[in-house]
Amino acid sequence: MIFGSLRNRGVLGINCRNSELISTFNPRKLYPLVDDKLRTKKLAIDHGVPVPELYGSLSTIHDIHDFHTIIGDRQDFVVKPANGSGGDGILVFDGHRDGRFRLCTGLMVPWDDLSHHLANTLNGQYSLGGHPDRVMIEYRVRFDPVFDLVSYLGVPDIRVIVFRGYPVMAMVRLPTRASNGKANLHQGAVGVGIDLATGRTLRGVLDNEFVDEHPDTGTSFSGLDVPGWQAILMMAARCYELTGLGYLGVDIVLDAARGPLMLELNARPGLNIQIANSEGIMHRLREVQTFADSKLPAGERVQVSVDRFHSMADAAA
Amino acid sequence: MKLTGRRRHLYALAATLAVLGGSAATYRAMVLGFPITPGVTSSLWTVEARVRFERYTPGPAKAHLAIPGDLPGYGVLSENFISRGFGVSVNEEEGDRIALWAIRRTEGEQSLYYRLRLFRQANRSVAFPAPPFPPVPELEEPFSTAMDAIVADVRRRSADVETFTATLLQTIASASPNDNVRLFLGDESDPFAAARAAQTLLAGARIPARVLHVLPLPSEARQVEIQPWLAVHNGKRWLLFDPATGTRGLPKSTMIWSWSAKPLVQVSGGSRESIEFRVSPSVQDALSLAQQQAASHGSRLAQFSLLDLPLQTQQIYTIMMLIPIGALVIVLMRNVIGIRTFGTFLPVLVALAFRETQLLAGIVLFSALVAIGLGLRLYLERLHLLLVPRLAAVLTIVVLLMAALSVLSHRLGLETGLSIALFPMVILTMTIERMSVVWDERGPRDAIIDGLGSLFVAAIAYGVMGLPILKHVAFVFPELMLLVLAVILLLGSYTGYRLSELRRFRVLGKGSS
Repeated sequence: MIFGSLRNRGVLGINCRNSELISTFNPRKLYPLVDDKLRTKKLAIDHGVPVPELYGSLSTIHDIHDFHTIIGDRQDFVVKPANGSGGDGILVFDGHRDGRFRLCTGLMVPWDDLSHHLANTLNGQYSLGGHPDRVMIEYRVRFDPVFDLVSYLGVPDIRVIVFRGYPVMAMVRLPTRASNGKANLHQGAVGVGIDLATGRTLRGVLDNEFVDEHPDTGTSFSGLDVPGWQAILMMAARCYELTGLGYLGVDIVLDAARGPLMLELNARPGLNIQIANSEGIMHRLREVQTFADSKLPAGERVQVSVDRFHSMADAAA
Repeated sequence: MKLTGRRRHLYALAATLAVLGGSAATYRAMVLGFPITPGVTSSLWTVEARVRFERYTPGPAKAHLAIPGDLPGYGVLSENFISRGFGVSVNEEEGDRIALWAIRRTEGEQSLYYRLRLFRQANRSVAFPAPPFPPVPELEEPFSTAMDAIVADVRRRSADVETFTATLLQTIASASPNDNVRLFLGDESDPFAAARAAQTLLAGARIPARVLHVLPLPSEARQVEIQPWLAVHNGKRWLLFDPATGTRGLPKSTMIWSWSAKPLVQVSGGSRESIEFRVSPSVQDALSLAQQQAASHGSRLAQFSLLDLPLQTQQIYTIMMLIPIGALVIVLMRNVIGIRTFGTFLPVLVALAFRETQLLAGIVLFSALVAIGLGLRLYLERLHLLLVPRLAAVLTIVVLLMAALSVLSHRLGLETGLSIALFPMVILTMTIERMSVVWDERGPRDAIIDGLGSLFVAAIAYGVMGLPILKHVAFVFPELMLLVLAVILLLGSYTGYRLSELRRFRVLGKGSS
């Protein structure tokens, strides 16, 4: 069978993910909790999971006038659609003067263009199915320098897959020049696997091929220690109680001052994390299935994951 | 993972649907004769039997006519009894159907007509019941001795019922029959004499046999003569023989009129009775034939047919019934192969439009429309319009573009350009919008890959939906859509890899350490 080698490596395919994981462990009614980032943020605050501070939100075209009041004299902020996906429609600003706003890429955006963007977002340009949306204005994360040498602009973020409350796989997504500062792997960002047990980075993957050095900075990916790894795993594990979703992608950023912050949750996390870890995820999922029914608190679940899921690639190295 | 309960349910559902659809279609194809392939014509014959007799003095008269009952290889579309003033009834007598015309008072020459319309059907086996073994006829001398001699001689030269019959018939039919045989033939001018002689001699060997009346169905209209035929039962089934030559079987265009050797016509109260047959063939579309036949069957399944709809509605359904097949293609392309497309079912609608424009012209027109629309859409982006007005503007532009292309191609004498109006314009608008968003956010590469994927899938769907056999079957046997549904449901539970994932995860597949 042509798919034999994938099956042996425990690679999860998209059909299998959709029918056996998402439709089994992620009840439809829980989706709004993660699709609407404003709701996710409120839930997270209630549960004590740290998130980037929300400055304010816009719900109607009329609210656009309040934009200036919301940002006040803050120079750094992020504008994002509450129902966006894949990083679409997110603008990161690091300054403004005389009604012109500076994007973190250095590009100046006149208020006219920005308010058009806000109106488009509210009209649902970035939301699934084009439904009317809301705009969030929130704290701009100042990235921990750990990934400075291996990312080009944009937001390096850590993705942890949590299956029935147990972290099972993790990677960090590093933007490149080609990905336009976005951390989406299929737009050209680099995915680097993280050993769940140690928090140390593994090899990188770009466009479905292994790479060892960042294409823009030339720095090696592997062997970086992600600071506060235990805290990150704890946050990820607690997001299970937050939403009740059994198969969950947790996106976390590292802030230099505030430590790890949960950015968003994903009820249909992608499959590229397997490539970044050079390992299929199915074996780990099956293993979790064997003991997931014993309801342990988040801390113990993290311990179980750390004990069991150390990277095979790392062990070989 | 353990999902066997749900799985089993799904399999049962799919199997039920498949069996339901399959058996309904089989019934309609086999029993009602709906043609499985398009453009099939059936030969149709009108057979007219004319019975004539005279009554010299006024008084009552009755006429019996043996008419066809079980007709292997043929189906009956209609039968009529035509006469002036006679009452008609049909009775079954020893496996034969007998039409009885009767009148209280008549005089002079009488004509009675029996008209039968029949068509060839997929071969059906003979349903005439198996007979008991006949007793050896008790004959006077010299017949008895002659029979024993013939039977012994033929038996020596044959192995079983089939060869015995063939050999016997050849012996009887030979140009110079010996005296024993001649004794049985008697009046050689009677075409039935040989068949009757054979029946008697076969009884001497205790082989059940019947003399039949058969009627050839010629390919042009003419008068035909009824002929004798011999049916022999070999213990399992009836074997038919030409008594004149001993060859086995019944020629293709020959129908069995009666399973009895008795004269076809019997008249009481009249004399000089005679019968003549006239056959006129015609050719008819198998589909309408099946419909007529089903109507005469009174079959419920046939009454609920798309063929009963008004012609215009029928045409819509010939296309609509292809959509599930297109959807199945989409499912295969997306979930099994893993090709990305814009909009789930956009390619099916585009494929339907291709039916009118032809494939190549369709692809060119579609690409041109999308490309121009996309250019204008990217220009509109700079005007900072709100979402819904912008969509409306793109829709308007698409309509104008279609009109412009139609006029232009008409000027240039390209008729395919006229059919551009069949492209689903709202769908086109959404495609342009989706494509421009992808263009903006993921770059031109992704937008073009998705666009090409859509076109490719549309072309495949067009190819599949254009197969004449599928078109025909989907329309004539809409119940087969249940089968398509079953396949779609099964594919819905396909959890294996997509072909595209072979490429995507190739680094993981390599060298399984």
